[in-house]
Order: sequence, then C-alpha cells, then structure tokens
Amino acid sequence: MAKPQPGPPLWLLAEVTYACPLHCPYCSNPTELGDKTDEIDTQTWLDTLSQARELGAVQLGFSGGEPLLRQDLEMMVKHASDLGFYTNLITSGIGLTEKRIKALKEAGLAHIQLSFQGASPDINDLVGQRKHSFAHKQKIARLVKQYDYPMVLNFCITATNIHEIQEILELATELNADFVELATVQYYGWAYLNRDELLPTKTQLEEAEAKVNAYRDAQTSGPKFIFVTPDYYETRPKACMNGWGSTFLTVTPDGTALPCHSARMLPLQFPNVKDTSLEKIWYGETDFAYFRGDDWMPSPCKTCEEKDKDFGGCRCQAYMLTGDMHKTDPVCDKSPNHHLIQAAIAKAGHSQKTLVYRDPKNAIPISIAETE
Amino acid sequence: MSALSLNPLYRLQFEKAQDCYVLLFPEGMVKLNPSAAEILLQVDGNKDETAIVAALRAKFPDAPEDMDADIADFVAKATENNWITHG
Ligand code: SF4
Ligand code: SF4
Repeated sequence: MAKPQPGPPLWLLAEVTYACPLHCPYCSNPTELGDKTDEIDTQTWLDTLSQARELGAVQLGFSGGEPLLRQDLEMMVKHASDLGFYTNLITSGIGLTEKRIKALKEAGLAHIQLSFQGASPDINDLVGQRKHSFAHKQKIARLVKQYDYPMVLNFCITATNIHEIQEILELATELNADFVELATVQYYGWAYLNRDELLPTKTQLEEAEAKVNAYRDAQTSGPKFIFVTPDYYETRPKACMNGWGSTFLTVTPDGTALPCHSARMLPLQFPNVKDTSLEKIWYGETDFAYFRGDDWMPSPCKTCEEKDKDFGGCRCQAYMLTGDMHKTDPVCDKSPNHHLIQAAIAKAGHSQKTLVYRDPKNAIPISIAETE
Repeated sequence: MSALSLNPLYRLQFEKAQDCYVLLFPEGMVKLNPSAAEILLQVDGNKDETAIVAALRAKFPDAPEDMDADIADFVAKATENNWITHG
C-alpha cells in the first residue's frame, strides 16, 4: 500500500543555531551538538522560508539553541513576515536587549516565547548554570510587554523546581504573560541522561496540578495556564507531532529536514535543504516519509483501534527505550515493553546522582541516541 | 451595545493553501468556516453587534431569517474564547 499523501506542512520550526549560552540539564537538543561551522547561511535560510511559505506553512518558530545568537535573525524575521508567516521567537532571553526587541518588532515579529527555569534566582540560575540570568529575564519580560508583543512564558517543570509552582504562577501573573506553559520535561536528547533526576513523582505532579487548578479557578483575568504532564504517567502515548510528517517540519542548523526536532536521533537518512527542495522533502519518498501511515506498525498497534489517535506513539521514545524505533511506544500499557516506563517511575524521587549539565566542553558521549 | 474588536493577540488572515481564513496566535491556529470568517471580518473596532448584523444582511440579502441568531451564537463563542473583546 502506498503511503498516504499529506496535506501541506503548516508549521515550520527553524532551528537557526545549535549555539546556546545556557546549559540546561533537561535540554532536548541532541546530546551530540552540531558544529557551528556546519550552519547553513542566511541565503539558504531565506530560500527555505520562501519555499515553506509557498507549500502552505503559516506558523514559523525561530529556535535553536539560542536563535538570538544569529546576527541575521532580524533579516530572517523580516523576510518571513513579509511572506505572511506568523513568526514566533522561542528564546531564553539571554542576548535580548531593548534595541533588539524593538528591531524585531519593526521586522514584523509576531510573538516572543521566553523560557524560565524556575521562579527564583536560586533555582533558575542553578538549573541554567548562569548567574544573574533570572533578573535579566524579568527585565526582558517587562520589555516584551512594553513593546506590545503577545508573550508566552514557558516554565520547564522538573523535580528540582516543582515545589515552586505557586511562586511560578504568581510570577507569570505579575509579568503579565498571555499564555503560560507549565511543561514537564520530555525525555528526549539531553534530558534522557538526566531522566531519573528530573522526573517528578506522581504525588508531586498531582499536588502541582491541584495548585494550578485552584489558581485558575480563582482567576478572573491574567494569563492562561497550560499544564502539560509527562507521558510517563499515562497509559496511552502522545500522538507523534499530530502524525509523523503530517503538519510539522523542522529544519536544523545544518539544513537537515526532520518531522520533529528529536527525530534526528533515529537511524534514518533525512534529506537536507542544501540539496533538496522542500517540496521534494515533504512530498517525496525519502526517510522523511518513513513513519507516515501505518504500514510500518508492529503488533499490538497494527490491529489496535486507537491507532488513528496516537499513531503508535513516539518513535524516538520507542527507540531510546527499546533500541528499535518501530516498536510500540512503551508508554502504552498494551506495549510488551511497558515495564521499562514503570521502572523509570519507580526510580523517580530516589535518584542519588547529580545532574549532568550540558557543557559542550565535557560532552559525554553517552549516545543512546546515536547508532553510527 | 459596545463596539467589537479583535483581540490583538490574534491575527486573521486568508490562507491560500488551506483555502480558508485562519486565526493565528502564539504557536497556534484556528481554521475558520466561511460564516465565522465573514463575521470576524466585520469585527473592526467600530461596529457593535447590531451594526455587524446589519452589515452582513446588506452583504448577504438572501441569508435565512435565523442568521441573526447564528451571529449572536458565534459572537458569544468568540468572546468566550477571547478572540474578540467588547468596548
Ligand atoms: S497499542 Fe499502539 S496504537 Fe494502540 S493505543 Fe497503544 S500505542 Fe496506540
Ligand atoms: S517520535 Fe520523534 S518525531 Fe515523533 S514526536 Fe516523538 S520525538 Fe518527535
């Protein structure tokens, strides 16, 4: 059976650089960071944006790494908004100044998402391994609102900051955020190495969620809070990006096109925008299309009536946990490997290890992610 | 009644590839059906709900009787979703 033809890619994530001034233990970037010299140049990015828009993409995220480290960011934003994209900047805020906030506004940037690591300087700066970044971020958040951007704050919730949830809610309100994502870390890439230290216990999560709900109930205005629980505590996996290669297209700093920012870890040969048109990438028959449809599915997914809902779950998670990217996502309680998830849960809250910070200088080559 | 405005967090635009109007907001998108789009296109910060109904009546003289009720429903829903603000 031929693979189903997808609709247009609606979402383009442009990871414009691997470089990042922070070293968060939960980073979902690949554990083996690319080399800055491999980064594609301005012209290739501008072409890629034009092609994506032509194919129908309308949401565009600039991320990294830290996208602000690209000095041509303003130029790319300008080009994208002239094309009619809704442009999102996903940033740690480090490197953001009033001058750049203003320049980006003039370039047509639609929205800024700022990520925080915690609600107090101690936790924030400890987790991100950088002093004073907390005060700087607060200042930046105020400027973002002053320049009339919609602002999303993203708090990455882990075992190290989950006790601060009340403070986080108050901080977000005080900073006038429009949307607040309280996202429990997903265990891909770097975060996988720290899984046992970062995964909150089920009780911690339930307490935090109860606090969020109470806060929400008492709200008459202010930010909209979105609480995302890790799928480790579910019995059904998350749908892979709305279906593999159905909506999302990620282009990495070196030009590799992926169905999701994590997919690079899979033993597949993904096409590159340097030598292949986006149209070929999206509609052609490269590995980009590998997990489209359900021909690849193993049992129990193959005959499962829920397969149109979750598409068998996350391929990357299956790969990391079982070593075989074709397996049913172990989060599913129908998976013969579900015990792997239960073992991880049992360890949550009991870890003695210290967090491994991502420092390119001592990058530890633990490559659960790599096969070559 | 007070004038209706589109919440500045949202952007309304026509998308050729999807052949419909969409509402865009931080990291999200809502596809609009043709009647929702027609109503939102009238939300310009000057007209109140009565004026919007009148404008749509003028634009679609053959529309059925219950169009007014449909508009009221949609305006209520759009308000609840925070897409539009009153006054
Ligand atoms: S068996 Fe597969 S398709 Fe069925 S619910 Fe589990 S992961 Fe989804
Ligand atoms: S399978 Fe990979 S590509 Fe799909 S959602 Fe999971 S991490 Fe992303």
